Amino acid sequence: MAKRSAPEVNAGSMADIAFLLLIFFLVTTTIEVDSGINSKLPPETPPDQDVVIKQKNLFTVEISKDNQLLVEEELMEMKDLKAAALAFVDNGGGIGDKACNYCRGAKDPSSSDNPEKAVISLQNSRGTDYETFITAYDQLASAYSELRNRLAQQLYNRSFDEMEATYKDTKSSEFKSEKLKEKINDIKTKYPRIISKAEPK
Amino acid sequence: MSKFKKKGGNELPAISTASLPDIVFMLLFFFMVATVMRDNSLKIKNNLPSAKEVEKLDKKNLVMFIYAGAPSDAYKNAGTEARIQLNDKFADVKDIAAFIAAERASKREEEIPLLTTALKVDKETNMGLVSDIEQELRKVNALKINYTTKKGSSLK
Repeated sequence: MAKRSAPEVNAGSMADIAFLLLIFFLVTTTIEVDSGINSKLPPETPPDQDVVIKQKNLFTVEISKDNQLLVEEELMEMKDLKAAALAFVDNGGGIGDKACNYCRGAKDPSSSDNPEKAVISLQNSRGTDYETFITAYDQLASAYSELRNRLAQQLYNRSFDEMEATYKDTKSSEFKSEKLKEKINDIKTKYPRIISKAEPK
Repeated sequence: MSKFKKKGGNELPAISTASLPDIVFMLLFFFMVATVMRDNSLKIKNNLPSAKEVEKLDKKNLVMFIYAGAPSDAYKNAGTEARIQLNDKFADVKDIAAFIAAERASKREEEIPLLTTALKVDKETNMGLVSDIEQELRKVNALKINYTTKKGSSLK
């Protein structure tokens, strides 16, 4: 008779056990959203002196309680908001020391002098839907990011998003590099994202 | 005697299921890794809006969550008006200050300026509630906020 070997463990039910665990994790999984639009609130105490903003450097966006968009006192569709904001920020109508040498806008003297001076004011009513507000805010933010990308492409031949991603990427050679940070900050000061949220009416 | 028993002949051999556990385990590990156990069970509807210009919240432990939205179907007795939820309970606007103070107390001192408040607000909420929350946050000097949104196009 042949030598008796140890009996093999029956692994047929292994799949069942694994399925059970799998179903448990499937049911309990909620993929949490952990991304969003960053923003900064103004401090509670206002600065002592009032900052005077010239009317032409101010771009007012109002959202009514019926979710209608009023840009510079005129009714506008949401899809046109980005282009309007872009034209306003990039106008560069200033002369002398206010001139903007990297802007490619229309240089209309009645619109903003310089992206560093341009302020977008977003005002909503208490009845506005949160979704509409986020859409408008997102459109305005995306106008800025398009301008930043364009400037980065022009100066450093790479996009701004890519520069920021490289800066944060632990595997890249430019991870937390001082030089890259300087470039990023330079673009950020040339096109600062100034979106002010007024208190709702 | 069946010494020369005819073998299965034309029958197809059975498909081996020996690798099935391996496949299932692979899926299992994926879900185990991807699962984030949520800390708070939501009592409100929380259908977030989408936006394109999103940034990732990187330091998970330095984020305070404030939820807002209409109470979900199971909590109809709380009314149909949009409410704020802090941790596991419905809350009022005036409770936010205490909530922020409690969150700050649980962190180390040098981490406090880095704390971000993530607003997870249902898309059908009115801006009135959102700006009430913002005013309250300004009072306690919690100025870094993040409107949590899904990634996608915001235009319809």
